[in-house]
Amino acid sequence: MSYNMRIKAKAKNGETEVKALMDHPMETGNHKDAKTGEKIPAHFIKELTCEHNGKNVMTAYLSSGVSKNPYVAFTFKGGAKDDSVKMSWTDSNGETNTSEVKIS
Amino acid sequence: MQRRNFLQGVMNGGVAATLATLFPQAVLADWPKAAFESKDVNGALQALLGATDSQSEQVDVTAPDIAENGAVVPIKVSTKLDKVESITLIAEKNPSPLVASFNYSGDCAGFVSTRIKMGETQNVIVVVKSGGKLYSAQKSVKVTVGGCGG
Repeated sequence: MSYNMRIKAKAKNGETEVKALMDHPMETGNHKDAKTGEKIPAHFIKELTCEHNGKNVMTAYLSSGVSKNPYVAFTFKGGAKDDSVKMSWTDSNGETNTSEVKIS
Repeated sequence: MQRRNFLQGVMNGGVAATLATLFPQAVLADWPKAAFESKDVNGALQALLGATDSQSEQVDVTAPDIAENGAVVPIKVSTKLDKVESITLIAEKNPSPLVASFNYSGDCAGFVSTRIKMGETQNVIVVVKSGGKLYSAQKSVKVTVGGCGG
C-alpha cells in the first residue's frame, strides 16, 4: 500500500517552518466495520522524524489519537534556502514512508 | 495468527518477516509504549517525562472553544521558552490520554501544530520540557460529536 506525503519547508527570520500532510487511516482499533460488524484493527503512525541536511531535528511519537491523514507543522532554528528537509514515518504495521523537499 | 500459517511462514523462509510481525516493538524500540497505554494523565506523564509537576506559564495553547467534529480538532502550541526539549499533547479524557510527543534534538523554535481526536468535552493539556523543567498549559474544548468510537 502506498501513501502520499506532502511537505513544505520555508525559511523565515532565521527559522524554518515545516508543514507535513500525510495520508494514513490512523485507526484506533475501537471502530467497527459498519457492514460486517467486525473490529477494524489499530493501524497508525507511531514515529515521525525530520532531518535537516541529514541531521535529526525532531522525532515525534504519535498515537491513534492523532486525526486521520495527520497534519503536523513545527519550526526549528536555522535552515537556509535549498537546504534539504526529509521526513520519514513508521507505522504500527512496520510500514514506512519518506519524503524530501528543498527549503524555499 | 494461526499456528498453521505461522509454521508455513517459517518454512517458507519468512522468518525475519514473521518475527517482525510478532515483535513490531523491536523495530520501534523507542516508542514510549507504557506512556501511550496509560489510562490517566499523571501515569502518562510519569512514564514519558519522569515527573508530573509543572509550572503553568510561558506556554500558549490554541484550540477551538467548541469542536463540532471531535475527530479533527486543530491544536497549536507556541512558547517563548529557550532550549525546548519536548512538547507533549494530552487529551485528558480520551481512552488513552497521551496523544503525541514531539522531541527536538536541535534548536527548536517552540512551535507545533497538529490535529487530534477528542472523544468528549475535555481539557487539552500541553506540557513543554525546557532545560529539564516542565511547563504546562491547558484549554477546555467542548466537543459536539466525539471522535473516538463508532
